[in-house]
Amino acid sequence: MDNLKIRRGNDAAAAVKKHVRTYITVFAALAVLTVVTVAASYLGLSSGEAFFLALTIASIKGTLVAGFFMHLFTEKTAIIAILGITVFLFMIVLFFPFLAAVDQALS
Amino acid sequence: MDIPYNIDERPDTGMYNAKLGVWLFLASEVMLFGGLFSAYVFLRMGDVTNSFAAGPAELNIPLATLNTLVLITSSVTMVMSWVSLKMQDFKKFKYYLSSTLFLAALFLVIKYFEYSAKFQHGIFPSTNTYFAIYFTLTGLHMLHIIGGMAVLFYFLFPGSRLWLKAPEHFTNRIEIAGLYWHFVDLVWIFLFPILYLL
Amino acid sequence: MPQGEKFWRKYIFSTDHKIIGIQYGLTALSFLLFGFVLMMIMRWQLAYPETPVPLIGFLLGEGGMLLPEVYNSLGAMHGTIMIFLGVVPLAVGAFGNYFIPLQIGAPDMAFPKLNMSSYWFYFAGGVVMILGFFLPGGAANSGWTSYPPLANIATMGQTVWLLGMVLLITSSLLGAINTITTIVQLRTKGMSWMRMPIFTWTQLITAFLLLLAFPPLEAAGVLQLMDRLLDTSFFMPSGLVVSGEVLKISGGGSPLLWQHLFWFLAHPEVYVLILPAMGIVGEILANNTRKPLWGYKSIVYSSIFLGFMSFIVWAHHMFLTGMGTAISTFFQTTTMIISIPSVVILTSLVISLWGGSIRFNSAMLFALGFLPMFAIGGLTGLPLGLAASDIHLHDTYYVIGHFHYVVAPGTIFALFAGVYYWFPKITGKKLNEKLGKMHFWLSMLFINGVFMPMFIQGLAGISRRLWDGGAIYAHASGTLWLNEVMSISAWMLGLAQIPFIINLIITLRNGEKVDSNPWNATTLEWAAAPSPPLPHGNFEIIPEVYRGPYEYSVPGAELDYTPQSKKSENR
Repeated sequence: MDNLKIRRGNDAAAAVKKHVRTYITVFAALAVLTVVTVAASYLGLSSGEAFFLALTIASIKGTLVAGFFMHLFTEKTAIIAILGITVFLFMIVLFFPFLAAVDQALS
Repeated sequence: MDIPYNIDERPDTGMYNAKLGVWLFLASEVMLFGGLFSAYVFLRMGDVTNSFAAGPAELNIPLATLNTLVLITSSVTMVMSWVSLKMQDFKKFKYYLSSTLFLAALFLVIKYFEYSAKFQHGIFPSTNTYFAIYFTLTGLHMLHIIGGMAVLFYFLFPGSRLWLKAPEHFTNRIEIAGLYWHFVDLVWIFLFPILYLL
Repeated sequence: MPQGEKFWRKYIFSTDHKIIGIQYGLTALSFLLFGFVLMMIMRWQLAYPETPVPLIGFLLGEGGMLLPEVYNSLGAMHGTIMIFLGVVPLAVGAFGNYFIPLQIGAPDMAFPKLNMSSYWFYFAGGVVMILGFFLPGGAANSGWTSYPPLANIATMGQTVWLLGMVLLITSSLLGAINTITTIVQLRTKGMSWMRMPIFTWTQLITAFLLLLAFPPLEAAGVLQLMDRLLDTSFFMPSGLVVSGEVLKISGGGSPLLWQHLFWFLAHPEVYVLILPAMGIVGEILANNTRKPLWGYKSIVYSSIFLGFMSFIVWAHHMFLTGMGTAISTFFQTTTMIISIPSVVILTSLVISLWGGSIRFNSAMLFALGFLPMFAIGGLTGLPLGLAASDIHLHDTYYVIGHFHYVVAPGTIFALFAGVYYWFPKITGKKLNEKLGKMHFWLSMLFINGVFMPMFIQGLAGISRRLWDGGAIYAHASGTLWLNEVMSISAWMLGLAQIPFIINLIITLRNGEKVDSNPWNATTLEWAAAPSPPLPHGNFEIIPEVYRGPYEYSVPGAELDYTPQSKKSENR
């Protein structure tokens, strides 16, 4: 039993070691994207373009953190499903009050 | 009495209890910030005084950029501390976890300078709705950092004794503490552009 | 197993889910009684306006009359206490905590210490709420919905209300995390999803609603605290005038924002109140008709769908905020859609009765009472979900009647049913049937006396939250006499609870002792655990599950019930 545990631990360790390189790459990507998004804010884009660009970059960074650091890319389906529902409801609470306000202004 | 699957993974779900627990907690955190982001969108929509467009000019973007980099680095050291445990290297774990704690403290110090500069210029949450949401979002985020620091501090010192008794259990705990820490980083990744750059 | 635990460790700061469940139950029942008393005081003012309140008038200040500001406080606190401190903790904290692990064959909840802390957060939240009554200006008085700007400029009680809510929300979140983890991770061998008792299913869905709907209200609560304490203007529009003076605030905020965030919680909250009740009724119907629950899978899928839909109907509470037609059409449509799964569940429960040899014990009577009462509550909701009719009915007594039918004779009856059904499991003693039946019939009679006239008053256009019950309005004059009918019914309803309280006391003292499965039930809490279940661990041997939850009257079986833990011979 104990031997089995250690062997399993060693296998995991070997797998993890491979990931270290990934983590460093992700870190570099995050740093570069941070600089890019700050630089872009000085370009004088229109507010629509600026929103689109900044949120796209933020989403990419967010995906990198969630996918690699939080291991979501390889996580169990149960957790992915729960987070899927959560993100859907997040979008609802984020956009419906906004849509209601737009609709009110229009009618 | 032992609770099943406290340490080992349940075969059919592939998870240990605390991992599901912390993900559920993070799901509720997503909704908490969802409510606050919703407030941001709603207030920006109805912003007659133009405070949202003018607000970021009052903020210190270089300092905030530095803070973003500090937090991202702390996320990497956090994941590395977990990797060290997986590779049975307790010394390296201590090194990486204390770096994380140090970077978190650095984040707070930089934030302190930012806040006090605002107060000196007579800018408070009551100044306008932009600064109201700025202070609320960054303040709540800061509370999350402080809470996370308390947890990391515990695992660095008194909590680390568990490593000797139950290494797998301790590694699990660092993994889920890491999940929380990365989440705090994730929130900042979105706060930074919407508060400082747009 | 820790032997000889100290008293405080065993009964006060216990980590045993059963003790925590009992703590939740007793606290929640006390709060229910307290909230009910607040309402009985309000009903005096409505029946006999501006006359001294008997018995407790001396508490209300000079003259013993119920003043308008105190009336508002009592109204706000009645709603808050009944929902957040009474019904939800009883349904989720008490029954959920006690019976989920037992029904799925687990030794405890997944996180026992978290479980304890969630009770103490709840307790602290309750204490903070009650403290409001002793502040200058009294407890919160802006309604349980706390709409700004009124709530923003209200007396200090509102700040305390917000702090109390933050504590209660924290408690709910911890509880929800625990419930979901327990159900996903700790199901015993053989307890597959479609073998789970319906009560556990409804608790699982409820936990998801609590987990995901509460945080936006927590966010809104934080924003309102900022508004009140740091003078921000999240919910304050520009140029607001109070008592003839323009407020010295920056403005630029929106009261509508609060309504969105509040109802994003508060609509799912309705299903938090009703789903566990449906689960309890399902258990009791199957057991007392000695038949499998009709349409078990339809009930499960409908509950999931109901839970999901409950997140996208909230704006039907806001039709009168000047909402545009497109959004209002969307929310009217979703509101009509959500009635479908409710009807599927209720219909399944009613069809379950068909052809059963029904045992009419107290638990079954309350469960049967739930069915028509919830049906009235649900059906009267339809006109409120359609903007055209809601414009007339909005904020009238019709609304009060509607949601009280859902929650009071609906959910609370189901909770009483649960108390009668599970009491033998918790204590090893059976509640007295005569007193139980008296409790049921009197409650049934008077509770309809309280709420049925509200529909008539509401249709006549009488507003809710009026201190004089509408006496100054000419259009109310035709239906004002009903106020006295409702008030007398309410006090009689209060008296009708006395047999219940007596029943609890005498049964605990010298009630009829029963064995571990007095109802001949199939689910694990009855079939595999002693009464009361063992401290810290529940079962002597963790049971395994071989069949679905409701195998009653199976042709060819030796008994009219086959427990889930019974191995079949021919397999």
